[in-house]
Parts: sequence; structure tokens; C-alpha cells
Amino acid sequence: MGRKDGGQPLTVARIIVRRLVQALLVSLMVSTLSFVMMRALPGDAAMRVAAARYGHDLVTARAADAVRAELKLDRPVASALFAWWGDVLRLDLGTSAVTAAPVVDEVSHQLGYTIRLALAAMGIALLAGPLLGVLCGLWPGSAFDQTWRALAAAIRAVPPFILGLLLIIAFSVEMAALPAAGTMDSTSLVLPAITLAVGLTAGLIRVTRDALKSVTESGYFAFARTKGLSLSEALVRHGLRNAAAPVTAYVGVQLAFLIEGVVAVETLFAWPGIGHALVHAIYARDVPMIQGTVMAMAILFIGLSALADLAILAIDPRRR
Amino acid sequence: MPRTLLRISSTALLALLTVSCRQSALTTNASMAGELLVVGPWEIPSLDPLGSGSQFMRMQVTETLVDAASDGTVLPGLAAKWSTSPDGLEWKFELRQGVRFHDGSLLTAASALPSLKRALAEPGSLALAPIERLDASGNAIVVQLRQPFSPLPALFAHSSTQILAPSSFGPSGEVFSVVGTGPYRVVSIARPQSFIVAAFDGWRGGVPPIRHATYLSVSRAETRALMAESGQADLVFGLDPASLSRLRANPHVTVEAVSIPRTIALKVDSGKPCFQDVRTRRAISLAIDRPRIARAILRDPEMAATQLFPPTLAGWHNPRLAPLATDPALARKLLADAGWRKTSLGPLSLGGACSSMELLTFVDRPELPLLSAVIQEQLRQVGLHVEVNIGNAGDIPFGHRAGTLTMGLMARNYGITPDPLVTLVGDFGERGGDWGAMNWRSPEIESLFHALVRSNGADQSLPRSRVAEILQSELPVIPIAWYRQTVTVGTRVSGVSLDPFERSYRLTGIRWAGKTGDSR
Repeated sequence: MGRKDGGQPLTVARIIVRRLVQALLVSLMVSTLSFVMMRALPGDAAMRVAAARYGHDLVTARAADAVRAELKLDRPVASALFAWWGDVLRLDLGTSAVTAAPVVDEVSHQLGYTIRLALAAMGIALLAGPLLGVLCGLWPGSAFDQTWRALAAAIRAVPPFILGLLLIIAFSVEMAALPAAGTMDSTSLVLPAITLAVGLTAGLIRVTRDALKSVTESGYFAFARTKGLSLSEALVRHGLRNAAAPVTAYVGVQLAFLIEGVVAVETLFAWPGIGHALVHAIYARDVPMIQGTVMAMAILFIGLSALADLAILAIDPRRR
Repeated sequence: MPRTLLRISSTALLALLTVSCRQSALTTNASMAGELLVVGPWEIPSLDPLGSGSQFMRMQVTETLVDAASDGTVLPGLAAKWSTSPDGLEWKFELRQGVRFHDGSLLTAASALPSLKRALAEPGSLALAPIERLDASGNAIVVQLRQPFSPLPALFAHSSTQILAPSSFGPSGEVFSVVGTGPYRVVSIARPQSFIVAAFDGWRGGVPPIRHATYLSVSRAETRALMAESGQADLVFGLDPASLSRLRANPHVTVEAVSIPRTIALKVDSGKPCFQDVRTRRAISLAIDRPRIARAILRDPEMAATQLFPPTLAGWHNPRLAPLATDPALARKLLADAGWRKTSLGPLSLGGACSSMELLTFVDRPELPLLSAVIQEQLRQVGLHVEVNIGNAGDIPFGHRAGTLTMGLMARNYGITPDPLVTLVGDFGERGGDWGAMNWRSPEIESLFHALVRSNGADQSLPRSRVAEILQSELPVIPIAWYRQTVTVGTRVSGVSLDPFERSYRLTGIRWAGKTGDSR
């Protein structure tokens, strides 16, 4: 998050450079980790890939041997890993072990869907969460505040998968208002975006409420009221900007929740993004696809974190 | 600043919603625009017929040389007829005249050959036969065999042999579009999830009543069930047992079912001392309460296996066989006769060994881990201690090949091709098979297989019955349950029929139900 480093003020350029370096290191680390983890899994990876290619019914040890030879799966781990790093340095993520399509093409196609879903969820959460949080924070202890705090706690505790199912039952089965899955309809985005947004919104309500409550109880806010500003004037001039910094920091931290949620939500709603692709790639032991998707997720996470940093920098002049 | 942020967020959200409304070719709401929506769990990561391209055959975009009836009888497909030389080493498949691909080009032996040569080069049905060479001769595909092989036509009914137009292939032989000869042509594909088809006016069988259809892959069974329940999908395949009971009670959907030639079975290493004695294998079989398993886990009491081959494999299911029974008392007696004795720790052992045995299964079929837990308990009740390990489907053939497998719970498809002989020879022949017997041999079965693959038009019912009889008596794999393909059918359509060999969704037989539907 935006903060002074070693006494040097943060600038937009510093944030971008730092995040770019982070993106490079983190994406390499997570893809290396996923490579090692996939290698450490028990069972025969070649058999798994062959099953994904030809179907379980036709897969035999002979087919697996052919896959093993083609993909050089019997190479030592270190040799395979160095080869992968070499390819990455040449900006070559390889081809999918199952479809033989370039990983870059597959991931970039799927990433578009994920970005659309993630941004829609963020948009919903950023509209609803701070708004309700402000209302709760202005009247702490009121029935409105208590109801929303309880609701937020309850909603936050529901896993996205269960929440998604409940939404499908309500809006697709009972009301027949929205599509249950797929991307075939213009409203297909609504249910997965809401499912992903709800948890984030619940957290935002609580954080905004606490931030605003602390602002309204502060000395400078009391002074602003004492000098004659109305509640709304004091809020606009002094309250919201001060409350916005911790809220933005919270959003930055919660991006991990968003990325994690994408995997479950995309699978549930048959949304063909990278979360969905990651699940299938793991299932098929398609290591190049796994590495490509986790790298994309890491870059997405760091990119969104950089946006949160920049927002904090814009909100809080003390950070500059 | 907060106002600015709020403005930016609202603008971004509105922009996103607008963008999401501007979809590509797949924006039409199938359930509203008179398109049939077929939902299944199978993704389409690639267009290759050797892999997930089988979906294009199911949606009747592509065809094969040979077709199959529901009872497994092979029928003419793109090949009008076939014949074999007197020595059984050369087969000639004469293609239909005047068949056109969706790109307008004519189907000829030369244009069909590349698809078949690709299929021969990769693991697929053709790899199961002793094929020496494939050639085009006039309007016929000629197959040279290394040895006679009577079930050959059935291999050409498999989806890996679907015939694509030469324009489907790229310069290095990769499939980049699906141009077939079927009653439907591909309109658009959104890998890995869906594709849209439209009726092909040039199909030899006339224009089907359903003009447009979409296939959508939905990986979660819960979502598929809810799509059926909501009426958003016309046909939903791959339903889980828990959802089925709810859907059967739903007046807005009909549940259709067909028994398919897939059997859940316990594969044991008959070469290991624990299972070498057939009495042990019979005891295990007697310990398993199949009707209870079928009722409680599969929610379908009729799926309790009474023998290896389900009734849908009419030529192989032997109705005269005494059904596999449950008798724990007899199981205990057989184990005692085979030398199993109680250890001080509790479970039985055989000469101090086999006091704990590993049962390996996999999650690819979600019912298998549950079944393995039930089998573990049922075997415990006769004194056998089993440890369940759950891996993935590849672990069974891997364990077979490495010799590390003791027991494996699996689901075997005997209907890979309409004639299961091809699969059975691999599973129970001389060397056993990755998904079949392990370290078990029956000279009689081998000689029956030998005769069957060389028989040319002779009646095969007696040797087939005898094969079923030997497998029932020797139990190199112990049958547990059969499978039923269940599909929900929405109220908009009628005329749905199911293919037990899962080659086709039979869209051409489906009609819109009622007046509203007819006008679409």
C-alpha cells in the first residue's frame, strides 16, 4: 500500500516501478511454486494429460507413454524448471499440454472474461459497500447500523459457492429473471458479479462504518462542527476523505479475496475465465496452462493493488 | 476526491455493463430465441476429433463411416456398405454417393482418408485393431489388416474416426474448424464452453425440425440441475443422483434415462497372494450388498449389477446367469476355506499377509469415493481390512502397469465402440488390460476371443454367453453397479431419445412441442 519508504515520498512513478518489479518476481515465484507442487503430486502426470486429451475410456499406459515422450515429462525437475525459466525470459509461455494451443492465446482470451467479472464485482462493491458503511457510521448504534452490521457479518461468512447457488435458485429458478450460467445472454454477468461482490461489499460496509465513526468522533471533526459547519459540509470537507484512506487500503488487501473468489464463482456459473481454466488445467495436470493462469492471476492482483496504491496516494496528501 | 472516486466507479460499472451487453456471436439467449439448448459437463478445449471434438459428433455436425443402433448393431453411416476379403485381411468401405460437406465440397474416399489416418496415428478406437494400412481406392476406403478382425466396422463408429472436410485442417494437420457432413453445421464456437449449430440444408436426410441448437458446457452438476429446473436448458446431461430425485418431482421437466454399457467394478490383482484364490474373489463379491449400494448411493435400485455386462449389451448380457448375490455368511466361509485366519489385531490375514489391503479409486466420477467407503465397510463386516486411497483416474492404469495396484474401484465403458469385443479383448485377453484383469488368464476366454475376432458373419451368441459365464465365475474384476444416463427434457420439446453408446444427442428426432414451439 502507499506509504513512505525510508523517508522518501511515494510518487506515481515509484509505485508503478515497484509494482512492476513485484509483478515480475511474484509471477515467477507463483508459477515456479505451482510447477513444483504439480510435480510433487502423486500419480502419473502423463496419464492425466492423456486422459484429458483422449478421454478416460481410451487412455492406456501406451497413450501415456506417448504423451510422456512428447512432453518430456520424464526430464528431471530441475532441468524442466530451468527450461521453463528460459522460455519465460524469452516471453514464451509454451503450449497447453492438452490442446497444444499457445498458452498466451488461451490465457489472454480467458483473462478478458475474468477482468470483466472482477471489475463488475468491484464496481458493485465500491458503490454499495461505502454507501451503506457511511450511513451506518453516521448513526452508529442505530437500528440501521445494527441490522447492516449483522447482515454484513452473516453474508461474509457464506462461501461464494453457496451464495451463488442461492442466487441461482432465487433469480433463475424462482423468478426466471436471470440466466443461471454461461455467457450467452447479455445479463449473464449479473449473478456471478453479485456473488463475487457480496463478500467484498460486506467487508466494505464494516470498514467504512468504523472509519467514518472514528472520523466523526475525532477532534478535528468536532472542531469543524463547532466552527459552524453542518454535518454534510463537515462530512464532505473533512470526513469522507479521511475515511476513504483506510477503506481503499482495505480494498487493496481484499483483492486476494476477489481473485480467490473468481475460481469458485467462474466454475459455478460456467464463466470461461482464468479461474475456470485453472481448475480444469489442474484437473488435467496441464502444467504450462497452470503456470500461465497463475502468472496472469498474480499480475492481475498486483495491477489492481497498484491501482489501490495510486488511489491512496491521490486521497491522502501525507503519503506523497 | 471521494466524489470523484464515486463518479469513476459508477462510470466504470456502467461501462462494464454496457460492454457485457455487446456480446460476440454467442449473445443470443438460446432459450428465448427458439434455439435448443443442450447442457452437459463436457468441455470443448479443442476441436480435434481425437479429443473433445466428440461433442461435434454428438451434436450431429460430423458423421462416421459406420453408425450404430441402440442395441449395438452396426449400421451404414457415411459408408453405404462394407465387405471383407475371403482371408479377412482386407476390408472395403464403400462411401455413399453425393454426400457433401458443409463447405459444399464432395465427400470422396480421398477427402475422408486424412481424417482416418489421423485417427490411426493417435490413441483412439483404430489403435485397438491390427490395422496395417489405410488407403483410398475409387470411392472406397480400404483397410489392410495384419490379422483378421471381425469387429472392425464397429471401430469406425467411434467419434475419433469422424470425417472432417479437408478444409478443417491447417497446414500442419491441426484441426482449426469443424466442417462435417451431418445434419447440423457449426455457426460459431466459443471454446472451451459452447458452440452454436444450425440445420444444414444440404443434408441427405432432409431438414430437421429443430433449426438451431447450442451446446453449453457447465462443469458443476448443481448448476446443471438448476438450469434444468429453471427451464433455461432443454436437454441437460450429466445429472448427479441427489439432484435427480428432486428433478423427478418437478412437473416442468421430464427425466429420461437409458442404461449405458458402463460398469462400476472392483479390479483386483489376481496375481497377488491375497486374490490368487478364486474363493477370495467370490467372497469379496458375496460381501458386497449391491442392491443397497444402488439404492443408497446411486439412487437407482435397478443399477445393482447382477453380472459384468448390463442388459443394454444385448449380445453379451447373459440372462441365464445366476445373479451376483450378497451372502456375508457364505463369504466368511469361503475366506476360511481359502486359508484366511483372524489375526490378534482383528482383521483376517492370509498366512500372516493381506491383513490390510489398499483400495484405490478416483474422484473423476464423484460416486466412486462414496462407493469405496461403503465397500470398505461391507468388507470389514466379513473380516477384511481395506484402506481406501483416493487419487485420479490415471492411477489405476498406472498402478496396473507398475504392478503396485492391489484393488481399484473404477467405471469401465464397454461401449467405447458398439461392439464391446474390442474392449474385452484388451481387458481380459492374454496380457490383461489397464482397465481389465490384472495377472489373470483364462485360456478358454483367450481361445473364445481368438475365434470371435476371426469369425466372419458366424453366430457369436454362444461364445459371448460363455465369456460372460467365465467372467461371472472367475471374477477377475468384480462388478458392483451399472450406469444409467439420465437427461432432463424441458417442456418445449418432444421426441427425445437417448443413445446408449453416447454417440449422438439425436437432435434430428426432436421437435418443438405444441403450437408455440412449432411456430419457432
